[in-house]
Order: sequence, then C-alpha cells, then structure tokens
Amino acid sequence: MLKVKDLAVKYGMIEAVKGVSFQVKKGEIVSLIGANGAGKTTIMHALSKLIDYEGEVFLEDKNISKLKAFQIVKESLAQVPERRRVFSDMSVEENLKLGAYLNSNNQEIQSDMEKVYKYFPRLSERKNQLAGTLSGGEQQMLAMARALMSRPKILLLDEPSMGLAPLLIKEIFNIIQEINKNGTTILLVEQNAKMALAISDYAYVLETGKIILEGSGKQLSDSQEVKKAYLGG
Amino acid sequence: MELSQFIMQFVNGLNVGSIYALIALGYTMVYGIAKLINFAHGDLIMVGSYGVFYFYTVLKLPLWIAIVLAILLCVILGALIEKIAYKPLRKASKISLLITAIGMSYLLQSTFQLIFTANPKVFPNFINLPALKLGDILIGANYYLTFLISIFLLIALNILVKHTKVGRAMRAVSQDAGAAQLMGIDVDKTISITFMIGSGLAAIAGILYCCLYPVVSPYLGAVPGIKAFIAAVLGGIGSIPGAVLGAFILGMVEVMSKAYLSSALSDTIVFSILIIMLIFKPSGILGKNLKEKV
Repeated sequence: MLKVKDLAVKYGMIEAVKGVSFQVKKGEIVSLIGANGAGKTTIMHALSKLIDYEGEVFLEDKNISKLKAFQIVKESLAQVPERRRVFSDMSVEENLKLGAYLNSNNQEIQSDMEKVYKYFPRLSERKNQLAGTLSGGEQQMLAMARALMSRPKILLLDEPSMGLAPLLIKEIFNIIQEINKNGTTILLVEQNAKMALAISDYAYVLETGKIILEGSGKQLSDSQEVKKAYLGG
Repeated sequence: MELSQFIMQFVNGLNVGSIYALIALGYTMVYGIAKLINFAHGDLIMVGSYGVFYFYTVLKLPLWIAIVLAILLCVILGALIEKIAYKPLRKASKISLLITAIGMSYLLQSTFQLIFTANPKVFPNFINLPALKLGDILIGANYYLTFLISIFLLIALNILVKHTKVGRAMRAVSQDAGAAQLMGIDVDKTISITFMIGSGLAAIAGILYCCLYPVVSPYLGAVPGIKAFIAAVLGGIGSIPGAVLGAFILGMVEVMSKAYLSSALSDTIVFSILIIMLIFKPSGILGKNLKEKV
C-alpha cells in the first residue's frame, strides 16, 4: 500500500531523518515507535508533504513524492496530526465538513457523517459545539473523524494517545482497531510503545532519524532491546 | 444642537463608516489568511475609481459596463499583486512582506500618476435618483445608496464566509494552514480568492467614495486606506465583524468630531483612538488575545 524509500529530511543543517525505508501492507496496522526527537512526526509531515523531503514515497505503486500537500489527500491518504489540530473556532460538524472538502456529493457526506458518528457517538451529541470547547479526548476523536471523512485508504495517526487518560487511550486504540477491521490501512506513530505494539501487525523502531529495528508487533514487544529502551525494562 | 442636523451628521457617519467597512474587510481578511498587512490595498480604491473614470468618462462605455470592468480590473490586479509580489515571500520574514507591500503601494500610485498625470480628474456624477425626504431632512441618493450597497455586500460576504465551502476553506486556512492542507484545501488558491474578494470590495468602496467626493487622483487611496486600516486594527485585525464594527465607530467619530468639535482636530482624534486602543487592548475590540506565531 505505502512504500517509503530512503526518505530524508533536513532542517537547515540538521538531518532530522536520515534516509529511512519502510512499508505498510494493505489492511495492516504498522507503527513507528521511538523516543522524543527520533523523527517520527517529521516522517509523518513528510508523508503528507507538509515539509519537503528527499527520497521517494509510493502509494499503491504511484509515486506521490512530487505531489503537493492538498493533492495527496486526493490519493486517499489522510492524516490525524499530532496535537489534533482541530479547527477550534468551528463547530464539530463544520470540522467534519472540512474533512470531506474534496467530496462534492452532499448525500455521501451525510452518510459518511453518520458513519463517523457511529464510531464516535459523543461527537454527534456535540455536533453544534465549537471544537475548541471539547475535551482533549473528544478533540482526538474529532480529528480522527475528520480524517475519516475524506474516505482514506490509508490513515496516518500521529501520537493519538498524547495527553490522554489511560482509559481514554484504551478507547481510542479500540476504535483504531475497529477502523482497521473495516478496511482502512493504518500507519501509527506513538511514544506509547506498549499500546502501539499491542495492536500492530508490524513495527519499526526509530532512533535519531534512523530505523534501528523492525519486526512484528509481538517480536518487538518481546525483544530485550525494545523492552529496555521503551517499555521500561 | 438641532436634531435634524444631528440626524444628517449621523447619516453621514454611517456612510463614511460603511465605506471604511468595505475597505477594512480587505485588510482584515488578507491579514487573517496570509498574516500580511497589505498596504497596497488602499490603492486599489484609487484603481477602481480611475477604472470608472476611464471606462465611463473617457471611453464612454455604458455606466454598468464601466463599473463592472472597474471592479474586474481590481479583482485581477489584486490576484496579480498577490501572485507576483507576495507569494514568492510566503516563507520570508514579516518585515520583508511589509516592505514589499509598501513598495507595491508606491508602485501603483506612481504607475497611475504616469498614466493619468498628477492632476486630479473629475469623477462622473451618475446617480440621478431622487433624494429621500424624512420630514424636513433630505438625504441625497448617493448617501442612501452607499449605505444600502455596503450593507448588502456585508451580508453577502457574511453568508459566503459562514455558509459556503469557499468560506469554510478560508476560515480553515486562517486558523491553521497546515491542517487545512491535510483536508485537501489548496492554500495558494484560497489566499488568491481572498485577495480577489478584498480587491473587489475595495473597488466598490472606491467608486462609492468618489460618489461622495468626486475627485480622482493617484493618491486618492492613501487616506481612506489608512483610516480603514485603523478601523480593522480597532476592531481586531483578522476579525470580520471586528472590521465592520471598527469602521462604523471610526466613521461616526470622524464625522461627529468634524461637525461638533473641529474639523482640524478630527484626524487627531481618530489617530488618538488607535493609539489608546493599542496601549490598552492591542488585540482590538473583537480580536483574540493570540500570541503571534513567528
């Protein structure tokens, strides 16, 4: 589904990502784990073309590395950015309508909206409320719902657990699995390695801009190195 | 003071305010979306007025065609200015943008001085509607037309921004351009549309302004431009309702101080309001206390 070849990003003189290659197979949940500053979010920004990069990215065999950010959404890749970035001065419903920006069929938008409200019933109770007034967990749900409105084949999730209570994290991760079961491929970036590995088919460990380890979710959770570095022994 | 005179001045204030509002909207929308003070915006008022003068008085085209052409001229010019002067600087520092905007303003003024010379031209008087009679008060057609047209445009703009897809995209880009791109919104196109709308409004404001003060010169846009800019800052730059509110306050203060205090002091009072506002509430009346993103 998604193939990344030698992706490198420089911020001025600093190489944040030093040529990483990885792939996400159709129907899988794949995660990138690693500490703060490992380059996870940089990779996510690069994949959506919010920043320029070297290397190539293929989405279903189509080279998307030359596309602009807004064109990538058309290729059915959606991202839930770090810190949610919901449009806080707009209502929940308006946020969802923006998620469906590229869809001009109002009936489809309506039925998609009902679908995402099924994943996130709490959002439908608050559909006329301003997004900025929602709690952190609700904003995370809104950001995910908004991304789903573009009918993505692959969904990129950047730190969905950030700043949330453990119970809420569990709820969000359950929904991620459900979305995946309904046919959306998922690339997940997480600092919460334990949770991420538990639901991943495959995972990559990132350290200072390089992939140092890869394997199935189970293999990595059992690996001594990962345990020591990311799972607290 | 006589009541009828006060009402006349009040109507006058509404008119000046509504013209400032049309101009201030351009400043505030462009600032909201591109984080840029477009100092060339005031000069589009002048371009619009020269447009009508040229198409109607010189080329003798029918009035409505002349007006439509003048507005179109400004819309295209606004989009071109953005594309040529501002777009290449999207990632540059704010000071570069500001200086470019000031340069663009002088460029427009000088270009029109070259074409039409510095001698002021007489703006055609084309409003032949009867005056409105309220008791013993007469309100000229250019007055009530200015007010009605402005109110109509303000309502139309409000609907556009609040209830259409383009408007939603504009608000999304002004709140978080990065997240807007993740929705599939073409930020460049949206900024371009914003410049076009602002420039069109400036053209209309210019034409209405010249219906009240029928003289066209290359520097025509400077004073109403700066006043409208003050109005936008007063209301809270980036806020659309703020710009309208600021413009009506400013128009009213200007007219009333001219009528009842001193016409020499009027501008002093207007600028003092700006200074006081900047000291005590720099974000403006309806502006949000956001920290500047640099």
